[in-house]
Amino acid sequence: MYPFFRRAPRSLQIRIYHPANSQLPFKVLYHNRAQTRFSSSAAVMAENQESISTSLSPVSSLPAPMREYVIHFAQVHETFRKPELEALATLHNIEFQLLNYTEKSPFARIALKSDEDAKLLISRAILTKAIYELWGSGQTYAAVHADVKARTTHLWPHYKTTSFKFDFECYNGARSEPQKTSLIESFSYVGFDGPIRMRNPEQLFVVMEDYEATSILEPERLAALRLDEKLATPSCNPTHLDEPHQIYLGRFLGKSNRAAVEVYDLKKRNYIGTTSMDAELSLITANMALVAPGKLAYDPFVGTGSFVVACAHFGGLVFGSDIDGRMIRGSKPGKTLRSNFSQYKTEAQYGDMFVSDLTNSPLGRFGSVDGGCSEQIFDAILCDPPYGVREGLKVLGSRDPSRPKQPTIIDGIAQHTLKGYIPPKRPYSFDAMINDIMNFASTHLVPHGRLCMWLPTADEDFHEFTIPSHRNLKLESVCVQNFNKWSRRLITYSRNAVDMDNIQAAIPAELVGEAGRTADALNPFRRKYFEGFKTPDPSS
Amino acid sequence: MKLLTANFLSCAVKSCKSSPAAFPLHFRDAELASTSVPYNPVLLTNLLPRLDWPALVTSSKELGFTLPDSKPTFPALTRPSDGGEVTPALGEEQETALRTLHRVLMETEVVEGKMVCGSCGFEYGIHQSVANFLLPSHLV
Repeated sequence: MYPFFRRAPRSLQIRIYHPANSQLPFKVLYHNRAQTRFSSSAAVMAENQESISTSLSPVSSLPAPMREYVIHFAQVHETFRKPELEALATLHNIEFQLLNYTEKSPFARIALKSDEDAKLLISRAILTKAIYELWGSGQTYAAVHADVKARTTHLWPHYKTTSFKFDFECYNGARSEPQKTSLIESFSYVGFDGPIRMRNPEQLFVVMEDYEATSILEPERLAALRLDEKLATPSCNPTHLDEPHQIYLGRFLGKSNRAAVEVYDLKKRNYIGTTSMDAELSLITANMALVAPGKLAYDPFVGTGSFVVACAHFGGLVFGSDIDGRMIRGSKPGKTLRSNFSQYKTEAQYGDMFVSDLTNSPLGRFGSVDGGCSEQIFDAILCDPPYGVREGLKVLGSRDPSRPKQPTIIDGIAQHTLKGYIPPKRPYSFDAMINDIMNFASTHLVPHGRLCMWLPTADEDFHEFTIPSHRNLKLESVCVQNFNKWSRRLITYSRNAVDMDNIQAAIPAELVGEAGRTADALNPFRRKYFEGFKTPDPSS
Repeated sequence: MKLLTANFLSCAVKSCKSSPAAFPLHFRDAELASTSVPYNPVLLTNLLPRLDWPALVTSSKELGFTLPDSKPTFPALTRPSDGGEVTPALGEEQETALRTLHRVLMETEVVEGKMVCGSCGFEYGIHQSVANFLLPSHLV
């Protein structure tokens, strides 16, 4: 695809400084391909040879054992990127630090302990594309070349004969093919002699260019780009400047799980509903919930199963329930929630689905004689509770609280024993539902288990939106997805190892009582949705 | 409804929550189906500590399976990330016990039938493998 350089330096003498022992420079003599000879004494040579083979990593200014890598994010759902990475680091028990992260750029330097950690960290990430060993970075190509030479000169002999390929990743900018060729040629001083392979090269080197001028934080650098002048020229596209402001060269280590977004695309899914969560956000939610092989995940508002399908992808054993059994059983044979598991070949991860209401859930083992945490069953609870916009929120019960608690009997038959009986439901307040979810998670999650909950808010409410809290649940992260006039948040909690108090949490009295009877009175979000998210007129 | 799930469920009626008879729910008129699920010993040993064994023995008996009276113990199994063999290797007897457990917990399900509370006697229907735990208004 792209042209490559090929050069065979002969008898080229380079002075390199070994990172571990910079006081003792030694000379390396290249004779020809794959032959390295040390000019120093035999003893030093043996020592150096050993340290070269054990520390095949670029020079870094970070304190050992941290090394520098470049991470390439997807430029979508920016507020979810860091929390996803943090969740995966927790899952794999990996230590990392983002060194120059901004939500405006897809590239960031990241400190990690080893190549293995780097590959593992992003192996199941959805909002990351790939991770690279940092060979050099800079604001100009001159700076990048100087950095590459300072960091990696001692590595060049190691890659001298391996097959390789150079590639380009540009963000908010583009290069013509001849430009790419000449820029790749400008790295020819590394002197790789191995075959250039377009397919499956042993080593892939990628030049990453970031063009978005507005993401530059330092005012002097922004001024130096003279954006005002350029913008005055009618032909100028401010997001397509001529030169990138940040460039990296990286050696490819591993790619993420982003391909799964295509595989689980709702358009190709066998059975979906009107409120199915898209594949990308479902998979991210499963990552945030730390779902993994051998873990049990549960969605109390399973619907058509967007979350459980994503959890099954990551190897969790999944359970779900919904107040509406028609969603689970589906419309016709072959179009059921379970058929999605057949489609993705994850039938083995299908635990069970059942019809139930969160306020009267059968989950729990209240008469257990086995003792011990008999209600703590799940490692993860994920949900996108109904927003109550299409249909008001409902729970089991009668609308009329004064109605006597007796079975309805018509012609001597208790109606609830009949097949096809539909139990009555009453309106439910959004706040009471959130409270019920938090209490349920507190009792049913194992220690350190996670609750991932999506909540909608009208944008004007942002200042008054308080993140729900529970004394047994520790807030891990809040991510925002913005729509035009409203937004929704993915809020992640982890269950404390020790109960902070008696498990039965006190629900504020006003939420328990019949505070309102209509769907709008019980659900401020629904009311605002139908008012078109207008700011109330102060005069009225 | 799998036997595994039945081990997590008790009667949904609030007044039954304090009654020992409300767990486990009892199977009636159960029509069974067996689905083939790949044997996963690591998952099984993960699940085992979360199972209420006496309840599982009761439920299994109702569906015609016999399990030992006390919970078997297994070493914590792990599978290497490259998908190799599970370690530590199990003895023949343990392997057989785990495979029986796999058949009972993961592969057997009740397609049609009822689950009945031993305390209040309420019957929860199972239809197309999906159990219905919704309660009529006089029980909410």
